[in-house]
Parts: sequence; C-alpha cells; structure tokens
Amino acid sequence: MLLDVKNLDVSYGDRLTVTGASLELDKGEILSIVGESGSGKTTVIRAIMGCLPGSGHVSGGSIVFDGREILNNTPDEWRAMRGRDMSMIFQDSGNMINPIRRIGKQFIDYILNHAPDKSKEEAYEMACAMLMSVRLPNAANIMNSYPFELSGGMRQRVGIAMAMTFSPRLLLADEPTSALDVTTQAQIIRQIVDVRNEYNAAVIIVTHNLGVASYVSNKIMVMKGGQIVESGSREQIIGNPQHEYTKELLAAVPVVGGRKYYG
Amino acid sequence: MDEKLSANTSTPPVILEIKNLTKKFATEGGRYLTACDNVSLRAYAGQTLGIIGESGCGKSTLVRTVLQIHPATSGEVIFEGHDLLKARGERSRQNRRSVQMVFQDPTAAFNPKMKVKDILCEPLKNFGLLKDSEVDAKACELLRMVELPEDFKDRYPHSMSGGQRQRLGIARALSLEPKIVVCDEATSALDVSVQEKICELLVRLQKEKGVTYLFICHDLGLVDLMCHQLAVMYLGNVVELLEKGRISQHARHPYTKALLQAVFKVDFRPGEKIQPIEGEVPSPLDVPQGCPFQSRCSQCQEICCKDKPVLRQVEDGHWVACHFVE
Repeated sequence: MLLDVKNLDVSYGDRLTVTGASLELDKGEILSIVGESGSGKTTVIRAIMGCLPGSGHVSGGSIVFDGREILNNTPDEWRAMRGRDMSMIFQDSGNMINPIRRIGKQFIDYILNHAPDKSKEEAYEMACAMLMSVRLPNAANIMNSYPFELSGGMRQRVGIAMAMTFSPRLLLADEPTSALDVTTQAQIIRQIVDVRNEYNAAVIIVTHNLGVASYVSNKIMVMKGGQIVESGSREQIIGNPQHEYTKELLAAVPVVGGRKYYG
Repeated sequence: MDEKLSANTSTPPVILEIKNLTKKFATEGGRYLTACDNVSLRAYAGQTLGIIGESGCGKSTLVRTVLQIHPATSGEVIFEGHDLLKARGERSRQNRRSVQMVFQDPTAAFNPKMKVKDILCEPLKNFGLLKDSEVDAKACELLRMVELPEDFKDRYPHSMSGGQRQRLGIARALSLEPKIVVCDEATSALDVSVQEKICELLVRLQKEKGVTYLFICHDLGLVDLMCHQLAVMYLGNVVELLEKGRISQHARHPYTKALLQAVFKVDFRPGEKIQPIEGEVPSPLDVPQGCPFQSRCSQCQEICCKDKPVLRQVEDGHWVACHFVE
C-alpha cells in the first residue's frame, strides 16, 4: 500500500473541518474525491501534502506514505518529500507560477532546488524534455514566456510538467480542470492518465465533475460536510450507489440527450 | 438565413432577431480582433436560445453587444420592430427594461454594501416604478418568486451561499419584468446539485412569465437539457444551429461532433475513450481566410482554406456551416 490514511481529522483553529477520513491507495491507482464546495475534499489532499493553509492542522489520525508515518515529519523531511515523492497540480497553475518571471527561470529554480547537484544547463534540458512530454510544442518558446502569455490549458500542462519532473510516486490534483473548457479539459485529463501509465504513479484527483471522476478513476470517494459518505470502486459508486447523497449527485449531472427540462 | 427560419408554423413569434452582427475590437498597432463575425440568430418568444462554444469564441461578446454594453461594429438587433442598436438616449435606456442579464459570478454581481431589498428594488426605482414605502413588500414578493425566505431582505449578499446569491441575481433581472433575460454562464460557478435547482427555477419562471432566455453555457449536457434551440459558436461564427434534442444524435458540423466527444459522461462503458480535438482555438487577431475551423478539422481540404462556408439549412430546424455537409 503506497498511501494509507486512517481516521484523519483536520481542524482550522478549533473548528473541526474534516472528521474520520480514511483512504487507501496503491501504485498506479487513480482515486477521485467528489463532493460540493466546502465538503472538505481539498483539505484532505492538502493534509496529505502537509500544506494546510493558515491555522489548519491535522488533529487526529495517521497518514502512512510508503510505510512511514509522515505526520511526524520535520520541516526538512517535508521539503525533501514534496516535489520528489509527491507533488501537486492546482486548479489554475497560472496562480501557482510567479507572474513576473519567465516560465523557464522558475522551472530551472524548481529543479535546482530539488536536485542541487545538477548544473543550470542540465536543468534547462530536463525542463524542456518535460514540457515536450506533456505535448507542449516548441518548449524553448514556452521556457521564454511569461505565464500570462499562455492559455489556461497550456499553463495547466506546464503545471503537470513541473509536478512530474522527479517522477513522484503520488500526484495530487486539486480541481485540475475546473477552470478549463470541455475540449481542453479532455486534453488535460488524458494527459493525467498518460502520466499515470508512464510513471505508474498513484493519483488523487479532487473534482466536482462526476463525469471526469467516472472516466479516470479506479476508486471514488464522495464527501459531504467534512465526512466521507461513501467510498468504493468506480463500478460500485457509479453503478450501484448506496448513499442518498451519491444518488442525488449522480442524478444532478446534466447528460447530453438526457432528461429534458421541457417535455 | 432567410424566411425558411420561420417556415415552421408551430413555432412562436420571433422576439429578437440578430442580423449580421459584427463586433471588432481595435487593438494596439491598428489591428482588429474579430469577436463576432456576421452572426445572425433568432430567438423565439417564451423559448430558450442556447449559445455554446469554448472561451474566446465570442458568445459573451455577442450578448453583450445585444445588451449594448459594447457598441456593435455593424449589424442590427431587431426587437419589437425596432433596431435596439440605433436607439439613443432615453429610448435606449427604456429598451434596457426589456432585456436584462444574470451574471456568471454571483459574488461579484452585487454591491456588497447594499442590502438584499435594495439590490432587488434598485432597477425598479431607477425607472421610477416603485416608491420607497413599497420596497419591503416588493422585495418579499421577489424573494418568494425565487423561493428564498422573506427575511433575507435585510441581509447582505455575503451572508448567502452561491446558489442563494444566484437566485438573487435572477430575482433582480426579473424585477423589471423583461421580455428577454440573458444568462451568461449563470450556473457555471455552482455545484451540480445547486445548478440543477437553479435550472429548474429558470424553467419554472419561463413557463409562468413567458420570458425568453439567451442561455450561454459551455456545458453541452446542460444546454441540451435547457434549450429549445442551440447555436454552436467557433471563433466568432455560428457554425451550427439546431433544434432541441438533435445534438446528441444529429450533430453534423465537425466542431460540434468534436465537442460531443470531449464530454465526460458519468456512465462510461469500460474501455470507452474520449477523443479530444488537438490544439487550441486560433487567435481572433488573425482569423484565417476560409473556414474558421480549418486548423483543427480532420476533414479540412483545399476549399476550406479559400471559401468561408455559410450557414445552410440541411434539415428542418437544422443549419450547418460546412462545405462537406450535404
């Protein structure tokens, strides 16, 4: 088992936001966490990454990654782990990148930070190779661009390229396609599946799009109000949902050619 | 497009006719960005016209031009026999009573320092239709209409959820009893379960009040469920126009088909693959000669790079702009 989260409680200040979250994930598996905004899905993956914002902290439970309890990590251990063993893609990678520095400089900085033994030239080559691997044409041009010069889909690809540089064993994606159009969304989701196939990484995708969850996942976890209401294999959740809330969510998704509002 | 459009006798009267509307924005260096290129559409009274396309395809610009938020470069928008775009001054102001808008982001659409009742009644007071003493009663009536509790009238928008705020947006848009309401991605910022409730509300209000919606959305599934008529836009052009219920089975334009293949269905059969089209929309700064979709189309041939296909009727209630659709 690559990742084993047991009875995780997360609080912001004194307020308990996520209670008793448990999940298991093996190499090469994709887990989707679905639920409406405020249900605590992002909080769960941020806790796994050890980057809860503000007063957020884990107040109970355990997170075992690769056989080791990571909640006892020192800040240095966290630093060594993030980027190399696990990495994250954000909703809009454009917000994660410094808007006034060129993509290339930041990418090289990122690589040198995690691999100080590399030279700048090696880092540049590595970055270009990564950009090419996520189907971005003309990597040299991208390296020389500012984030605002790229479209949302291209920025998201840069985010994926950066996240996968050190072939992490766990990739966390926080609403990676919510800001994108349908066609771009499909391209990015396909990219994430490719990444899983190529690196055999485990992936957790937080999404509110049940179609996406149904397409990519091996496992699906449904959250509401900080609790897991149902979790299981994709077939169980989509084909045979047990909890009322899961049924409601599934019924609310508009489907092309589905039930019409007009007779 | 000509009279063939209204040949079907069972359709209600045309309430809004957009004729050859073009909108170009001047950019630095004397170049022009073509956001809408010669768009012609008709909206029928009491029905919903859906407009779908990727970001940057000109769908928002189109409705904003209709609403006179941007001046049009050329073309006409005929509403009740008059060209909305030619109206000036007080006439133009009065026209706005008939065409109202629900915005995408319900957080940004309201003044955070105004109470709900003032937000709801401001349009009425602007047109001198409401006395100060009647504000409370009117606000309650509008809140009831969108299924919100009456005691919300003394609240501020920040203490409401996204779905409640969007109901507020709908109530404000309907307060002047407009004939046409433009919903610009009105449900995109909401969760699926909330989205469903808002759509049910919109449909109920349409049935009660006979209002016409221009419904902009990038969710193909939702547009298909909500609309009587559906226009697919690409790079400022309407490439396909079809009646409700046809899109899932009868879409003919390569772009519409590509859009359909990029939709994630909940009930995927195992092994079924999505087929996203490659590449991105070309820059509207240099729109290619010929078909706007040529750079991403799998069927592109010589003629596509020379002549721009026009919207032609292929069947009853179905128009396509493609050289290869018979």
